[in-house]
This record gives sequence, structure tokens and C-alpha cells, in this order.
Amino acid sequence: MSSTMAILPATWDMYDLVQSFLRTPTYHLVVEVCLVLLIIKLIFSKSYKPEKMVLSEKEKEELIAEWTPEPLVPDIPEDHPVIQLMEKNIVTGPPGKYINIRQKSCINMATMNFLGMVANKTIEDEAVRCIKKYGVGSCGPRGFYGTMDVHLDLESKLATFMDCEEAIIYSYGFATISSAIPAYSKRGDVIFCDEGVSFAIQKGLVASRSEIQFFKHNDMEDLERLLQEQAVKDKKNPKKAKVTRRFIVVEGLYLNYGDICPLPKIVELKWKYKVRIFLEESFSFGVLGEAGKGVTEYFGIEVDQIDLITASLENAISSIGGFCVGKKYVIDHQRLSGLGYCFSASQPPLLAAAAAQALMLMQEDPGMMIKLRENCLKLHEGLTSINGIKVVGLPHSPVKHLRLVEPSDDRDLDNQTLQLVADRAIENKVACTVARYLEKEEKFLPPPSIRIAVNCQLESTELDTVISVLAKSFNEVFAL
Amino acid sequence: MATVKALKTVEIMSGNNHNLQEGKNGVKPDGNGRVNGRNGSSSYKSKKNWKDNFYESFEETPLLTAILTVMCYGILVLVGHIREYLRFYSIEQNKGHTEPKIEGFVPLFQSWESFYTRNVYRRIRDCWNRPVASSAGAYIDVVECKSDDHNWSLELTEKKYHVMNFGSYNYLGFSETTGPCADSAEQCVRETSLSVTNSRQELGYTTVHQELDRKVAKFLGVEDAITFPMGFATNSMNMPCLVGKGCLLLSDELNHASLVLGSRLTGSTIRVFKHNNMADLEKKLKAALLEGRPRNHRPWKKILIVVEGVYSMEGSIVRLPEILLLKKKYKAYVYLDEAHSIGALGPHGRGVTDYFGIDPKEVDIMMGTFTKSFGAAGGYLAGSKALIRHFRLHSHSSVYSAAVPPPIAKQVISVIDIISGIDGTKKGIERINQLAWNTQYMRRRLQEMGFIVYGNKDSPVVPFIVFYPTKLASISRKALERGLGVVVVGFPATPVIEGRVRLCMSAAHTKEMLDKTLDILNQLGDELNLKYSRKTPPDFKEDDSLLNKE
Repeated sequence: MSSTMAILPATWDMYDLVQSFLRTPTYHLVVEVCLVLLIIKLIFSKSYKPEKMVLSEKEKEELIAEWTPEPLVPDIPEDHPVIQLMEKNIVTGPPGKYINIRQKSCINMATMNFLGMVANKTIEDEAVRCIKKYGVGSCGPRGFYGTMDVHLDLESKLATFMDCEEAIIYSYGFATISSAIPAYSKRGDVIFCDEGVSFAIQKGLVASRSEIQFFKHNDMEDLERLLQEQAVKDKKNPKKAKVTRRFIVVEGLYLNYGDICPLPKIVELKWKYKVRIFLEESFSFGVLGEAGKGVTEYFGIEVDQIDLITASLENAISSIGGFCVGKKYVIDHQRLSGLGYCFSASQPPLLAAAAAQALMLMQEDPGMMIKLRENCLKLHEGLTSINGIKVVGLPHSPVKHLRLVEPSDDRDLDNQTLQLVADRAIENKVACTVARYLEKEEKFLPPPSIRIAVNCQLESTELDTVISVLAKSFNEVFAL
Repeated sequence: MATVKALKTVEIMSGNNHNLQEGKNGVKPDGNGRVNGRNGSSSYKSKKNWKDNFYESFEETPLLTAILTVMCYGILVLVGHIREYLRFYSIEQNKGHTEPKIEGFVPLFQSWESFYTRNVYRRIRDCWNRPVASSAGAYIDVVECKSDDHNWSLELTEKKYHVMNFGSYNYLGFSETTGPCADSAEQCVRETSLSVTNSRQELGYTTVHQELDRKVAKFLGVEDAITFPMGFATNSMNMPCLVGKGCLLLSDELNHASLVLGSRLTGSTIRVFKHNNMADLEKKLKAALLEGRPRNHRPWKKILIVVEGVYSMEGSIVRLPEILLLKKKYKAYVYLDEAHSIGALGPHGRGVTDYFGIDPKEVDIMMGTFTKSFGAAGGYLAGSKALIRHFRLHSHSSVYSAAVPPPIAKQVISVIDIISGIDGTKKGIERINQLAWNTQYMRRRLQEMGFIVYGNKDSPVVPFIVFYPTKLASISRKALERGLGVVVVGFPATPVIEGRVRLCMSAAHTKEMLDKTLDILNQLGDELNLKYSRKTPPDFKEDDSLLNKE
């Protein structure tokens, strides 16, 4: 008995406790329970009472009645200069080598018709043949009976031309790169992007919701610095680095600067820092390289080194649409994840057929690219002799920007000056345009300029006219 | 549980729903949150009560079917995992183009995403992306795709199926290779040019665009309009011009991907309300006004309600009159995407506003596409003069991207001329009436056969539910063999348990074609056991007066 007591003293204590519990009067119990509850409440309740906002129905109604939203759009005067200018410079007829503005037939230095594909007879024949076979629209997205055989044909031709495994076409140039980037780069990934990229890329970056690191335009040291910073970050957090995809996004030939990205160095950095390259070739496709395959051909770099090449079909090819080329496993992903591909109607068959025809013409006659280069060089030389402006862009680039040597502090004023020049040039039968930007939305706004696009069909005499008219216009405006 | 709900549905369908307990706005939501049956309510004060003629149905999925469907996906995923292992250890040959492992690089794709594509979608991928070798008219030539390796690779054959086209969005049948529209497009290629690649502000604004903008504005009955070459981009490129930081965007949960992307690009706060559920929308509007922005509680700058006219996967029509009442009460703006409704709804083919008899000027931003009813490509935005001026100046497309290709503009112009009778014939109105009749006939017959048909009785998008991914594939393949081209949609485009077949009606379909189609679907419905509906057939009948040609 005593040994059991020694082993289980606690049990006996408990027994005592229960016994005494039963003997206590009820009111005692009630008070104790209340005390315990009070302690629990004190422990768990907040030390202060948050003010609870309870609005009466009347107050709610007042609040709703009180609110006035901002107007949907800002008030823009009916005679806003840009709108007036659009109406004044309305185009009639085809924007080919010559363009009809203000009842004048002007030499067209505004359309990115580098290879003279606009108003080409064989392309038009092909388009008409397509209307007769497929009608105008495709009436559906690619997934739902919107894939015509001409689309497949164009895709395979583009892939063969670019020496890639697969190509995918979009129905709008702007939607191509802005859909392609978010198809691969997601939240948490890192994109290293050149400051000089065009607006479509900027929108793709926003849509991807990735972390964006901008490096100075064509500055490889700056890019390497950012990559090193990232490498340090990755070392600190290898777990995160394992799932963080890294991309470099560059343009082949920059629309806003007329220069070419240093691709060999970028490829070197790719392998050194394990980053993938997205190359946007809208302005270099059909322009750079012997056969017009773009920057890779220009630098003699294998296409395999680049993870994704995108380009618009709206410049050298002069159709509407865009495409991406690359390895099959890369491109096929866009067929289900490229928003602008899956959820949009497919490209109208006539535009796809026209693009295929233009591509064929380009392959048949590489002389176009040579002629284009000659024209670019000649024009560049002529334009650099004009006083008061600098020609921005490489001599053999078909996109050139004419900027003021001494810009004022006021951007609007500079734009007006340049617009005066463009107006005078149009009066003298040379059509060119001031480069337009959405000034508030551009990440890095390029300085104001007149943008010149070179056409391979221009004859030597026509180039002379362009140079002399532009020189005259600038001189007249500077003399004001 | 589900059966009880299904029985309730039957009650609603039987017509005397006035004495049923109704929600706050006269709407009786079903178990899946959507509104069934005729939505009559005498409390609505309007000259003409639109609700008397507003019939929508979304029959609840039977519980057993739901469980079996989920199991079906489960088995597919399980088998997929086993085979991934086999492929990983090279026991099974890997035929897919998978990403090679490159030392140091993070894989380009998330594993689940490509797993689903390889193991589930791949098996039935011949049901989508079928190549077509003709115009998307009433009949379509589908090129046969063959595969020797279970769809890892598909090869085109010489064989073509000449099938009835119930897959293209050719609502008014204007996808034609001959006739005035094709002729004017052809003439335009010859006389103007195939494309204008400049942006509008950089010498890309031509007389054709001017004509198109004016035609569209006049057709819609608004002050002004602006057009773009891609429908998707019309939403995604222009929504950021309207709202930004500090604004609230209220978006229907079933809005199209372009609206979702556009909303995301705006940088504003996005809140999603239940599909076509006005009580939920009102709750969110009220909360927004009372609470203001999150954290700092400042009032919102603007509130934009984003809705579609006809929802392309559900076949429902937006409850526009109620949206406009809420808009007025809470001073929000309304963005109406009429991609599937313009041309296809309303006695004059002018979309949902025409359907409800509402002045289009009451909607702040009217958006639509030319891809569907117009048989062309591109999209428009329409509204007040000030709004369109803003777009002309600040739209991404006006500054950075190409304008509408002239031949496509010409196609749209000639279609508008025909629909609005400017060409001096009644062909346009005949097409509109034919489409309306076809839609009602098809919907009534399908429901009578016992299919679960979703959506509004007047919506030209006719989805019916088949649930299982396996049945999706077999109905699509069998229908094609028997001469019928349909679209099937499954997860992830729909909820897991709501895989469906979608028929797009067209004015180009004749009654004989509809009867033939119904015969095929009836057979397939019996063979594949697709007639899941437990409700009594609806009480509407097609309006035969539509077909009286004067």
C-alpha cells in the first residue's frame, strides 16, 4: 500500500482536489469560473479598442453622392496641332516610293518600305488570288479553324529562311514581341533590357511582371555590371536563383537610334552568366546581312546561339503581322501561351500570302539589300553635310534620325522646329515625319528628331533631291 | 444535393418564376452562381420590360458526373506521371521536343505547364489547330492530320474533309470569296495598296481610314470612332490610355484574355465580379466608394466597369440595362467589348445596345472587332468625340504601330453598307434575321434533345456541355468524319468539370444544314451519352416571322 502511495502521490493529490471540489459551495465555483474567464479575456483581448467605423445608410448615400470621378479622358481641344496635322497630311493612294500628300506626289522617306515591297505587282497578284480562295478575314483564332494552309506555308518558309527549327506568326507586329516576352518570363524572373528598346518591348516587359533591369544603350560594361550584381545576389540565395530565369532583351537595329546591338559581346555574356537572349529584329530583318537574315548573319553568329528571334512583317516585308523563330521546344510553347497568338484571330490569309511572296522576292534578288546599303551610305553622307543637325544612326542603317545639334531646353519647341522643317520638305515634295512618342509613357524618351527611312528603289537623282530639299528646309527654318 | 438544385432549375424553367424567391435585383442565382431561366421581374421600371424576353440557362452539373470528370482528369495525370518516369529513365522513348538540359541555365518552362501539354493536351491535340484550305464560309475544307506516334507529331495528308462549318465566327456569313465585299477588297489591293505600315501620326492616316472611321461611327450611332488592325490589340493597347494608377477596374470574371491583359497593363487596381451578377457588382461598387483605395483610403480617381456583349464561352448576354443603372448610380464608366455581339445581335445588327433598345451614347466606350460578323480583321473603339480625340493622340497604335490595311478596311465598309441597307438591298437585314432565327431554332432543338445548353436564347454562340475530356475528343473527331466541324473547349479554358462543344451560328447556314447538323449531334449524343439535361425543354420558340422575305 505504501509503495503504491510513493509511486502515485500525484494521483492522491488529485483525489483530494476532487473531493474538496465536491465539498465547496456552488457560488464559490461560479465565482471561480467567472474569474478564469476574465483572465482569459484579459490575455486575449487587445489593450485598446480599434474605432469601428459604422456608417448609417444615410451617410453611405451621402458618401456615394459626394464622390465625383475624374473625367474619363482629359479635355483635348478640337484643333490640337497633332490632330490638325493628321488631317492635313492625309494620304491618298499607296504609300510606295512616292506618296500622295496635300495633292502632291512626294518622295516617301517616312514609310519603312526598305525593300520597295509596297505596291509590288506580284505581291498584289498573290493577295488577290488569296481573296478569291479564302475571302478577306479568317474568322477565327488559330486554334478554332483559323489556321489556313497559307499560314503554315509562311511559317515553314520563315523557319527555313532563318535556319531555325520552327516559326510562329502573329497577326500584328506590335503584339508579337509584347506577347512573346510574357510567354516565357514570369513574376520573379529577371530581364536585362537595353534602354533604347522600342515601345512594344516596353509593353512586353510590363506584361511579364518580371523584375526589369535597364542597362545603358549598347553599353556592354553596364550590362556586365548588372549581370555581376545578379550573380552576387544569386550566390547569396541559391535556392531562389535555381528558379529565377534570366533574359537579355535587345533589338537588332534600334528604331530609336539607328544603330546595331553588339551581338558577339552579348552572346559571350550569355554563356558567361547563363542568361537567355531575346533578339527583336523588326528593323534588321531584310536589311542586315548578305541575304537579309538580320544581325546574326551580319556578325556571322549562328542562330542557335540566340534563344528567340522576333520580327515584325511590317517593315522590309511590308505586310501586316509579325513572327518569332527559334528552337521547336521554345516556339511551340507560344502556341498555347502566347496571348496574342492564342486569343486573337489569325492573320488575314491575304497578308500571310503577301508576306510569303515578299520573302520569296527577297531571296530571289539579294541585290535589293546591296542597293539599300548603297542608298543608305549615300544619303548618310549627304545629310551629314547639312549644318545645324546631326545624323544619328550608322551610315548603313536604313533608319536615320536627324537631331538638332543645339537643342533648346524645351522639348515642345524643338518638336515644333522639326515639324516646320518636315512641313517645308513636304511642300517641296519630300515626305518625312517627326518621330512621335508617347512622351509620358516612354521609359527613356529619345530626343526629338526627324526620322528618315530609306527605300532601296530610290535612284541617285532622287536621293540628291532629298538631300537638297532637307538642307534647304533646315536652312530656311534655322534662318527664321 | 446537386439533384435538388437540378430540380429547382426545372421549376424556374417552367415559367412561373415570379413567385420564386428572388435576389436583390430580381435575379435568382443557381448553385453554380449563375442565373437560370427567364428573368422576369415586375419591379423593373421601364417602358418595355426587357427581362420578359431574357432567357438564360446554366444547368447545374450533376454531382456524379462532376466526380467522374475529375477522376477522368486524375487518371490522365496519374498515367502521365508514370510515363514521365519511364521517359526519364529512358525506358520509354521520348518523342517530344523537350528542353535539353544546359548546364547552369534555369529551365525555360514551369514543369506543370509542360507536363499538362505533353501528357493531357497532346493526346487530343488534333482537335484544335486544324488546317483549313478554303474560306471560313458555311462549308469549310479541313485538311486531315495524321499521326503515327499518338499525336507527338502531326502530318498533313492530301485528304480534305468538306464539312459544315460551325466553328468559325462567321456570324453574318460575310466570309465570302465572291460578291461585293470581296470585290471591293480586291479593287482596293489593285488601286490603293495592300498595307499601310506607318502609324497614323507618322503619315499612315489615309483617306480609306477616314472613310472607315466615319462609317463605323455612323453605323454604331455614336459621335466618332477609331479603328485598329488587330482586335486583340484594340483592347490590350488602348485600355492603358483610359485608366491608370489610383483608378479601379471592375472586370467580369469571364472577360476575354485581351481585356485581362489590357487591364493588367493599365496599372490600376483590378477587382473581379461574378459573371453577369449585378448584386455582386453593386456590392463591389458600393464598397469601392465607401472604403476608397486600399490602405490610404483616398477616393478612387475613376471606376471603369469592363464587360463583354456576348461571352464567347458561355453564350450569355450582358445585363446591360442593369449595368447602366448601376453606372449612373455610382458614377462609373462602362467599357463594352462587343467582339461577339456587333452585327450578330439586335434587330439592326448593331450589337447589345440595339438588342436592348438602348441609346449607344449611354455606354462610354464601345469596342468591337471586325473579325467576326464583318469577315475581316481588326477592331474599333467608338464613343464621344472627346474620347476618340484622346485615342487619336494617345493610343499606342496611333503612335507606334501600323494602321488598318486598306483592303480589310474596304471589306468592313462594304459589309456596313450592306447591313445598314445603304447598298439599296434588303440582303443585310435578311442575314441578320436568318442568324437570329437559326440561333433560336438550334438552341431550342438542342435543348429538346436533352443537351445541357448554356447561355442566352438569342446568343449566336451555342455551347453545350459534354464534361469529359475524352468525350470532347471523340465528339470532335466523329463530327468531323460525319461532315460537321465544331469547336471543343476543355480545361484550362473552361472550369475542369465543364468541358464543352461550341457551335457558332451563321447566317450562311440554311435550315437544311441545321437539320443535318442536329441529326448528327443527335446520333452522337446517343452514342457518346451526352444528353445530360434533366430539365424540361424551354418554353421559347423561334420567331418564324423573321424568315418572311418581303
